[in-house]
Amino acid sequence: MNFPILTVLTFLPLLAAAALILVPRDQDKMVKIGAFVASLLVFVLSLQLYFGFKSTADMQFSELYSWIPALGATYHVGVDGISLFMVLLTTFITPIVVLSSWNAVSKNVKGYMISMLVLEAGVIGVFVALDLFLFYVFWEVMLIPMYFIIGIWGGERRIYAAIKFFLYTIMGSLLMLVAILVMYFYCGALTGEYTFDLLKLQQVGLPLGYQTWLFLAFGLSFAIKVPMFPFHTWLPDAHVEAPTGGSVILAGVLLKMGTYGFLRFCLPFFPNALADFMPLILTLAVIGIIYGALVAMVQPDVKKLVAYSSVSHLGFVMLGIFALNTQGIQGSLIQMVNHGLSTGALFLMVGMIYERRHTRLISEFGGLAKQIPLFATFFMIMTLSSIGLPGLNGFIGEYLILLGTFLQHQTFAVFAATGVILAAVYMLLMFQKTMFGKLEKPENQSLTDLTAREIGLLVPIVIFIVLIGVYPNVFLEKMEPSVNRLINQVEARQANTSHSDQQDLAAGFDDRFHERSK
Amino acid sequence: MNEVSITAADLFTVSPIIALTATGFIVVAMGLWGARLSKYVILIVTLVGIGGAALLTIQLWDANATAFHGMVVCDNYALTFNLIFFAGAILSVLLAFNKYEESYLLYPEFSAITLFATVGMSLMASTTNLLIIFLGLETLSISLYVLAGIKRTESHSLEAAFKYFLLGAFASAFLLYGIALLYGASGSLDLKNVSAIVAESNNAGSPLLLFGSLLIFIGLAFKAAVFPFHMWAPDVYQGAPTPISAFMSTGSKAAGFAAMIRVLFTLSASAGTVADLTTIFSILAVLTMFFGNITAIRQKNVKRMLAYSSIAHAGYIMIGIVAWNETGASSIIFYLMSYTFMNVGAFGVVSYLGSKSGEFQQIDDLKGLGYQRPFVALLMSVFMFSLAGLPPTAGFIGKFYLFSAAVKTGHIALVVLGVINSMISVYYYLGVVVAMFMRDSEEERDYAKKTPVVALSLVLSMISVLGIGIFPSYFITTFQRLVSFIL
Repeated sequence: MNFPILTVLTFLPLLAAAALILVPRDQDKMVKIGAFVASLLVFVLSLQLYFGFKSTADMQFSELYSWIPALGATYHVGVDGISLFMVLLTTFITPIVVLSSWNAVSKNVKGYMISMLVLEAGVIGVFVALDLFLFYVFWEVMLIPMYFIIGIWGGERRIYAAIKFFLYTIMGSLLMLVAILVMYFYCGALTGEYTFDLLKLQQVGLPLGYQTWLFLAFGLSFAIKVPMFPFHTWLPDAHVEAPTGGSVILAGVLLKMGTYGFLRFCLPFFPNALADFMPLILTLAVIGIIYGALVAMVQPDVKKLVAYSSVSHLGFVMLGIFALNTQGIQGSLIQMVNHGLSTGALFLMVGMIYERRHTRLISEFGGLAKQIPLFATFFMIMTLSSIGLPGLNGFIGEYLILLGTFLQHQTFAVFAATGVILAAVYMLLMFQKTMFGKLEKPENQSLTDLTAREIGLLVPIVIFIVLIGVYPNVFLEKMEPSVNRLINQVEARQANTSHSDQQDLAAGFDDRFHERSK
Repeated sequence: MNEVSITAADLFTVSPIIALTATGFIVVAMGLWGARLSKYVILIVTLVGIGGAALLTIQLWDANATAFHGMVVCDNYALTFNLIFFAGAILSVLLAFNKYEESYLLYPEFSAITLFATVGMSLMASTTNLLIIFLGLETLSISLYVLAGIKRTESHSLEAAFKYFLLGAFASAFLLYGIALLYGASGSLDLKNVSAIVAESNNAGSPLLLFGSLLIFIGLAFKAAVFPFHMWAPDVYQGAPTPISAFMSTGSKAAGFAAMIRVLFTLSASAGTVADLTTIFSILAVLTMFFGNITAIRQKNVKRMLAYSSIAHAGYIMIGIVAWNETGASSIIFYLMSYTFMNVGAFGVVSYLGSKSGEFQQIDDLKGLGYQRPFVALLMSVFMFSLAGLPPTAGFIGKFYLFSAAVKTGHIALVVLGVINSMISVYYYLGVVVAMFMRDSEEERDYAKKTPVVALSLVLSMISVLGIGIFPSYFITTFQRLVSFIL
C-alpha cells in the first residue's frame, strides 16, 4: 500500500508528455509508439486499483501531503467506489484513443499526443482529488489540452467550437471557484479549521441559505459539463468539430466529470438544498432525455446524432443520481461507464468510416453491411449496447436507473422510459439507413473493411460491454458500500438539520465574516 | 533635525539604492569614454549592479531599520518590493537585446535610465514620508518619460513620451496637493506622525484628511493605471519600445501600489480612511476591470491589448485593497510579483520575435507561430494562460489569493464581478493562442532567430510563472508575515 499508485497514475502521463517534447518533430512514429506505450502502462498500473480495492466505503490508496499550507490546500488524493471506475474508464479509453489516432492525425502528431497525455493526467487528477483546491486546479488544467485538441485538429468550424467549449466551461467553473472560497471561509469560521479537504468539509452542516447559493454555483458548473439541458449547446459543436480521438475522450470521460461532480460534491455538501432543487433537476433531466432523443432523430450527420444521443444518455445518469437511492445511483455509475464505452465506440466507428469516405452524412451511405460486414457487426453491437438491449451493458444501467427513479418518482420514470423507446427508434433507423438496403453509391462499393488495428481497438470495448451486461456484479459490488454511505450521509443530514438552528449559526458567522482586521 | 548627520548605518540601510545609482553613473561614464564598448559589456555591468543591489537587499532582510531620521524605512515590505522591481528590471533589460532594438537603441543611456527608474521605484516602496514618496515618484516618472521617447526618430515613441509627460505632470500635481492637504491637517509629512496626530486630536473624519488621502491615491493610481486615470497607458505601452513597455507596465504598477498600500494602511491605522473610501475603491475596482477587459477584446495589436489588460489587472488588484485585511495586502504583493513575470514575458515574446525590419505587433502577425516556432508559441501560451488566471500558473494563484482575501471580508459580489471579468479576459487572451496555433499564416514571416539574451529572459519568466504557480507556499507565507509587520 505504500506505493503511491494514484500519484503515479496522475503524473506518469505528464512525465511521458514531457519526454515526448524532447523527441524530434519529424519522428512521428516514435511519438505515437511512445504515447501508446505510456498510456498502456498507465492502464496496466491502474488495474492494481481494481484488484487492490476492498469493497468498503472508505477512501483507499489515499495520499496526503502538505502543499500550500498558507492557503489551506493539501495534496490529498484517494479513490472510493464512486471514483474508482471513473479512473479506470479514463485509463482504459486513453490508449484506445491514442491507437485510434494512428492514421487519423497527420498534422503535428507530437502536439496531439502530448495534449492527449496531459488531458489524461488532468482527468485522472479530477477523479482522485480529495481537496477542493487540488480538484479545481485539475478541473481547469484539463480544459487547456482539450481546447487545443478541438481547436487544432478539429474540423472546419473548430475554432468556434473550441472557444465555445472553453468559455462555457470556464463560466461555470469560475463561479464554482467563488463558491469554493465561500465554503472555505464559512466552514473555517465555523469549525476553526481552515481547509479545502473534502472529507472534512462534508462534515460541516451549512445553513440552507448558503446551501442554496453554493449548490447553484457548483451545480451550474457541473450542469454545463454534463451537459444538462439547457446548457448543452456547446456539446454538439464540440463533438462534431473535434477529431475522432477528441470526441471519444470528450464523450467517454470528460462529460462524466460533471455527473461525478454532482455525486462527489453537490450531494454530500448541500443535502438540504438538494431537496429543494430536486424537482427542477429531475424535470431538466427528463427534458434532456426526450429532447436529446428527438433532436438526434432528425440529424442528417451520424456524428451529430451520436452527440445528441449523449445529451439523452446523460439525462438518464442525472435522473439516477437524483433518485437518491442505491439502485438509482448505482445505475448512474454503471451508465456513466456504459456511455463511455458504447458512445466512445460509436464515435470511434464514425471516425473510421469518415477516414474512408470523408463524409458522415447518413444519406451518403446505405447497404454497407454487404461491403464491410465486420464493421457492420461491430457497429450493430455498439448500437444495441447504446439502446440498452438486455444482455449488454446499457440495459443494466438504464434498468437500474429507471427502477430507482420509479421507487421515488413514478411520473418522472414513466416519462424517462419513453426515452428508451426513442433511443431505439433513432439508433435503429440510423443503422438501417446506413447498413441495410441497396449498396447504391459507387464510392461505397470500394470501401475496405476493418483493419487489424481497428479490430484491436474495438474488441476490448466489446468484452467490457458484454461483461457488464452479463455479470455486472463485478462492478456493482465495488460501488455499493460507497454509494450506500453517500445516501446515508445525505439522508441523515436531511433528517437532522433543523433550519432555524443553522440560521443562528449563520448570523454569528456573518459578524465574524465582516470583521476587519485591525 | 537641526544638524545633518549621516551615519554608516544610514548608508548601509540605503545601500541597494546607492548601488543602483552608482551603477547608473558608471554606465553613463562608460558610454562617454568608451564609445566603442560592446553593448554586452554594458549589459554585464548593469546586471552586476542590479544583482549587487539585490544581494544587499537580501543582506538587509529582517533589519527593520530606518535611516535619515525616519525618512527611509527599510522593512521587509520595502525589501520585497525591491526584489520585485529588480526582477522586472533585469528581465526587461535583457529584452532590449533583440534584433529590432539593436538598430537604434542607445544602450548606455537605456541601461542607466532604467537603473534610475528602479531607484525611484525603490524609494516609493521604502518610505513612510510623503515627500520621499513624491521624490521617488518623480525620479521614476522622469526616467520613464525619457525611456518612452528613447526612440528619437519614431513619431510613435515621441508621441508616447509627450502624452505620458503631460498626463504624468498632472498626476504629480494631484499627489503634491494631497500631500499639502495632509500636512495642513496634521502638520507632519511622515505618515506615522500624521496617523498618530489624527488619533490624538480625534478628528478622524476631517475633510482635509479624507480629501488629502484621496488626492494622494489619485496620484498613485495614475502610475498603477487605475480607471479613470489610465488614459496614458494604451498609447504609451504601444508607442514605447517593447522592452520599455514591459518594464513600465510592471515596475511602475508595482511601485504605485506599493506606495498606495503603505499610505492607506498607515493612515487607516488610526484615521480609518480606507473604511470611508471602501465604496469608492470598490466602484473603481469594478470600473477598472470592466473598462480594461471590454476594451481589450477589440484590440488587434498585441501591445495595445496588453496595455488594456494591464488596466484590468489594476482592477483585480484594487479588489485586494477593498478587502482591506492582511490577506488583501499580501495577496496584492503576490499578484504584483506574478504579474511582473507574466507580463514581462508576454511583452518579451513580442520583443523576441522582432527582426531588423520591424516588430510583429499585430495579433495576426502571430498566425501560424505554433508551427514555425513551437517553443516560442508555447512560452507565449503559458504567459497568456497565466494572465487569464488559469492553473497551474502564478496568475491563477495570484487571482485566487486576491479573491480569497475579498471573500474573507464578505465582498462576495465584488468577487463575482471579478470572476466575470476573468471570464471576459479569457476570451482575448485565448485570441492570441488561437492565432498562434489554430490559424495558418499565408506567408512565411522572418521572425528573428538566435537572440539568446532575450530567450534567457523569456525562459526565466516562464520558470518563475510556473514555479510560483505550482509551489507558491513560500511566497505566501513570507508575504503574510511581512505584511503583518507594517500594519
